[in-house]
Amino acid sequence: MKIQLNGQEKQFNAPLTVGALLEQLGLTGHRVAVEVNREIVPRSRHEGYQLHEDDRVEVVFAIGGGTWR
Amino acid sequence: MAVTAETIHSTPNDPLVIAGKAYTSRLLVGTGKYRDLEETRRAVEASGAEIVTVAIRRTNIGQNPNEPSLLDVLPPSKYTYLPNTAGCFSVEDAVRTCRLARELLDGHDLVKLEVLGDEKTLFPDIPQTLAAAEILIKDGFKVMVYTNDDPIVAKRFAEMGCVAVMPLAAPIGSGLGIRNPYNIRFIVEEAKVPILVDAGVGTASDAAIAMELGCDGVLMNTAIAAARNPVLMAHAMKKAVEAGREAYLAGRMPRKQYGSPSSPLGGTFF
Repeated sequence: MKIQLNGQEKQFNAPLTVGALLEQLGLTGHRVAVEVNREIVPRSRHEGYQLHEDDRVEVVFAIGGGTWR
Repeated sequence: MAVTAETIHSTPNDPLVIAGKAYTSRLLVGTGKYRDLEETRRAVEASGAEIVTVAIRRTNIGQNPNEPSLLDVLPPSKYTYLPNTAGCFSVEDAVRTCRLARELLDGHDLVKLEVLGDEKTLFPDIPQTLAAAEILIKDGFKVMVYTNDDPIVAKRFAEMGCVAVMPLAAPIGSGLGIRNPYNIRFIVEEAKVPILVDAGVGTASDAAIAMELGCDGVLMNTAIAAARNPVLMAHAMKKAVEAGREAYLAGRMPRKQYGSPSSPLGGTFF
């Protein structure tokens, strides 16, 4: 199955959930927020949320930033 | 109770209140542009700031996820995070960023909204900022809004329900200081919500001037991060904001055109 992950195409052997994706990325338990096709997937739903072919997934976090680009 | 120098020093009775929460420090700082996380931590600590802005960005896929992050050095238990929409040029991007930030920070709803209109000046796009503010306020966000120094627009943002209005002193990252003190004064005079100068401060005296004009606070990033010694500048800014606030509360002497002796004229022997 292929998805667009943070703007890059990623191939996976089997269908997976958001929770399983985060686990593969080593991000389980880390403070991240997930959006699938521009809809937020709340943390409580990561485990059960099934990803589909060509889903556009964004995984974001907080970094240093101020009043500039 | 009247605010005097004595009471300021003895009790924190001159708080900055934003969206119902009281803060002792009137200096808000950004966390971008520092050499590393340790310098960020030391500068933020030296500034005395209680509210820190953060950016929301993609995680680096493939990078070690266990590297220390901003949240480790500036724990959200100690600081109030102010996620910002820095770098957003559209209503949609700004609203998306705020919603992701709320999810990321467990329902935290205080955000800094900026929608930029131009890459070169980084001036805000006011029609888009108004549209984004309306959506965010309806969605339950507490919006601190970055705007230009137009008093009419500032008033509009306050009326629509923004919890703070933050006019620029000069373009973001320019360090040019307060370019239009008269407009900032008009904005402060009409203010129904806290007014914070956001962007354009270059050095300590700029921050003091903003506070002397009656602003409720100052938000800055580059002035500290791009100083030769950011930690020392952070401390200077803390004192400048405090000094400017006290001078504003104290009420400055009137300006006079000619000299006026401060020693008694009677009793001279010459």
